[in-house]
Amino acid sequence: MGYVAVKGGQEAIANAAELVEYYRLRAATPPIEIEQIRTQMRLLVDKIMGEGSLYAPDHAALALKQNEGDVFEAAFTMRAYRATLKREYYSEVLVTRDMLIRRRISAAFRDIPGGQILGPTRDYTHRLFQPELTTESMPSIEEFLQRIDAHIDPAKLTAIPKFGKVIDVLRAEGLLLVRDEGDRRVVDVTREAIKFPAPRSAALQMMARAETGGLMCLGYSTMRGFAAGGHGTVGELRVGDVAVQVKDPRGRVRYLGRITVTECEMVNSSKGSGKKGSLPLLSVGYGLCFGQNETKAICMGMLDNSLREPNEANPANSQEFTLYHTEGVESYGFTNHLKLPHYVTFQSGLDNLREAMQRTLASYAGLTVESPAK
Amino acid sequence: MNDMALNSGWLLRVRGLTKIYGQPDGDSIARTGPQASTNICPVTGAIVACAGIDFDLYPGEVLGVVGESGSGKSTLVQLLYFDQPPTAGSAFFTALDNGTTDLFTLSNQRRRHVRNHLLGMVYQNPRDGLNFNFTAGGNIAEKLIMAGSMNVASIRERSSNLLRQTEVPVARMDQTPRTFSGGMQQRVQISKAIANHPPLLFLDEVTSGLDVSVQAKVLDMIRQIQSELGISMIVVSHDLGVIRMLTDRTLVLKNGRIVESGLTDQILQDPQHAYTQLLVSSLL
Amino acid sequence: MIENKKFQSAYNFAFLDERTKREIRRKILKAIALPGYQVPYSSPEMPIARGWGTGGLHVSLAIIGRKDVFKVIDQGSDASVNACSLRQFIERMTGCRTTVDTAEATLIQTRHRIPEEILTEQQILVFQVPQPEILRGVERLETRTRSMHAEADYSKLWVSLYEAYVRYGSLMRGAGYPVRVNGRYMMSPSPIPRWDVPNLSDARCLYLFGAGREKRIYAIPPHTVVEPLEFEDVRFRVEDWGATACAYSNARDAFLDEIYEDDSSRKFVVNDSNFLDKLRTGPRPPQRLFRNPQ
Repeated sequence: MGYVAVKGGQEAIANAAELVEYYRLRAATPPIEIEQIRTQMRLLVDKIMGEGSLYAPDHAALALKQNEGDVFEAAFTMRAYRATLKREYYSEVLVTRDMLIRRRISAAFRDIPGGQILGPTRDYTHRLFQPELTTESMPSIEEFLQRIDAHIDPAKLTAIPKFGKVIDVLRAEGLLLVRDEGDRRVVDVTREAIKFPAPRSAALQMMARAETGGLMCLGYSTMRGFAAGGHGTVGELRVGDVAVQVKDPRGRVRYLGRITVTECEMVNSSKGSGKKGSLPLLSVGYGLCFGQNETKAICMGMLDNSLREPNEANPANSQEFTLYHTEGVESYGFTNHLKLPHYVTFQSGLDNLREAMQRTLASYAGLTVESPAK
Repeated sequence: MNDMALNSGWLLRVRGLTKIYGQPDGDSIARTGPQASTNICPVTGAIVACAGIDFDLYPGEVLGVVGESGSGKSTLVQLLYFDQPPTAGSAFFTALDNGTTDLFTLSNQRRRHVRNHLLGMVYQNPRDGLNFNFTAGGNIAEKLIMAGSMNVASIRERSSNLLRQTEVPVARMDQTPRTFSGGMQQRVQISKAIANHPPLLFLDEVTSGLDVSVQAKVLDMIRQIQSELGISMIVVSHDLGVIRMLTDRTLVLKNGRIVESGLTDQILQDPQHAYTQLLVSSLL
Repeated sequence: MIENKKFQSAYNFAFLDERTKREIRRKILKAIALPGYQVPYSSPEMPIARGWGTGGLHVSLAIIGRKDVFKVIDQGSDASVNACSLRQFIERMTGCRTTVDTAEATLIQTRHRIPEEILTEQQILVFQVPQPEILRGVERLETRTRSMHAEADYSKLWVSLYEAYVRYGSLMRGAGYPVRVNGRYMMSPSPIPRWDVPNLSDARCLYLFGAGREKRIYAIPPHTVVEPLEFEDVRFRVEDWGATACAYSNARDAFLDEIYEDDSSRKFVVNDSNFLDKLRTGPRPPQRLFRNPQ
């Protein structure tokens, strides 16, 4: 088991890595270009950037390519890379009120100030296969783009409207619950281990980085009665670009660029402040994530509400349950570590079980059983 | 303080014990109490569960605390057992530092020590006092282990004796109390509470959830244990029948205040306060 | 577009940036000052998956120096694929010399075993820990387990041992047997088998524990008293193979693996791969052995 065996292990790893590369390429089809993934797998790239906690579309596309589309691995690759980057600045607060809106809807009112903007969505597209995509070609794509371009009035492109927030209407009327948020520190969950009860900033960061499916599972559970608050209403969901700014060492605010984000304000009824005569005012749960990932932003908004009404009986009312178990990279890694050998720990358990079994059997009719190990 | 402890012979001295829920203002206590017929502050909505409670308890004595629901009687023992922190007040206990230390100033770790070694509690709901994931014996073992018993055979022997003393079939020692009848669950709770010979035991409505026939047996057993061990007790009940059977002295609570106190026999025969008279007349 | 050089850029010595290393070193010092206490730390993501040794890697990479000689074992073996993977990573990121010889190594990262051969003052053993919280089995909430440790409230853990004994006739704790460190904190010794637990106490080397996913570091300094939980009359016991000896070395008194052949026949072999090599080629290396009571 000495050097030769070690060498064997190393060779096995190298061979496995090569073999999995072979599986990626063995059909000998033309390589997918990073740019194609970044542009045509836009929503997947957005998801990976969110879960990978790094706004870098090209990196996300490469992560998807090298992992053959495994989203857990791709997000993991992004996180591992992110951890090696120097943290030069914390950005200024993103001003989503100034968002360049692509899409913006509210479920709370029929008409809202600035209007409902359906924007790019498949929400109302019937989920039928589009066989024509199997024969898509550059000419067909160009033809489509020209048709769209013909609709654009260049004169209107310069006017960039700003949209008020739907919840401002509710706030002006005094219908929103003003919560005592308690711990208002802005912590960095990538710089210190989260402690419970966690400040809201930590909970929101964890959820913005969380795995979309896990967040959806728990968000959905709140609507099926496994949390207080019930159904909730999308106060506003907006998708668009926001400016990222930092302060330079001389204190001047500098514009770095724009990122696409999805923002959601979920409105839920609350239990009120608990003071005498307090009303069950509306609670606003906040969701924000990179790219266009509406499911994630909505679920985050729902969970932001439920987490602020702690109740251990419900997963979605428990910070520890929700935040630990929706952390995709950690849960993915640990579930997969089950593939590692465990024969030492298993042997230790077997030793106990065999001994106990021997004792139990011996207690029946004075039988003795020979332990195979002894 | 030391002199006080040595001279007067009390076991437990409680002064000014107060518990308020919600957000009171400076006058919330004045706005509540028997004279106002409420414990809810009409201005702030704060609930004054109990306020300004003073009493001494003597070694071997059984003190009754009687009142209707909402009178603050359960809160009183929960504060003394550290289940919740008081808003104000102090409590001195001669079993701890000769009565020189206010129990409410103790660190969490020392509180735990006092709970495990010097106090016992029997709750109305057995779920509050027992861990249903453990066996009956395991529940008792928990108390014994915390007091330093590290020998399984002697832990089991002591647990069996305690169960026998409280008339629980020893054969059920290794089962979870979840499957036990209400009366038997209370007996297990009592076994656990007295496991470490605490000088002071709290009993909070221990028979309220039980059938009348079972009640009498449990009360008998408590009386027997009290006379055998000479343990001091604070017995909380809304039932004057229970108070009459068990206690030497009684505090009558209404809206979080003591309205009357004295020897139990005297209070029952000659109640002074109108509220006590009402309680006694309803007993007859 | 991505510039290719971004992906080929040289990494800092030992991969972690210096700021992260300093943070982890501070946490290690705190852990050493409070034996058995779990110190939270930043636990940045690594190119190795969570649950595959990130915590051990953080600790190893934060303390490794250029002159260190490094050894990695997984389940007692230098040859396990994950041990190879971690060894290659550290080798690549530090250029340090690696070894399979337990005695030669200055820094050993391990998953689930303490080498049989006695470790000395010159050596540090770094454990990869999947679940640092020994109370997790009796209390699932972190908020509560933290205050239970703070108040030394370990009754539930003791009762769980009592209950196992009542139900099965023994304490039924396999690997990861609960220990009390320096008379204070209850600690999970990472899931090492019971066989290794006595070697935690009064050791000559420093033991460091890294739990990456759970973001905790803890330590047992040299010559610290570490006691497995036991009752006066129900004692801690290590695994017992009776008269069975190693099929390759004929040795006893070492942790044995149970190995099945193609024909389903079974043999037992010394688990610690370097120890087995030494048994077969020379004198038996020095060992500390624990004898079960009676």
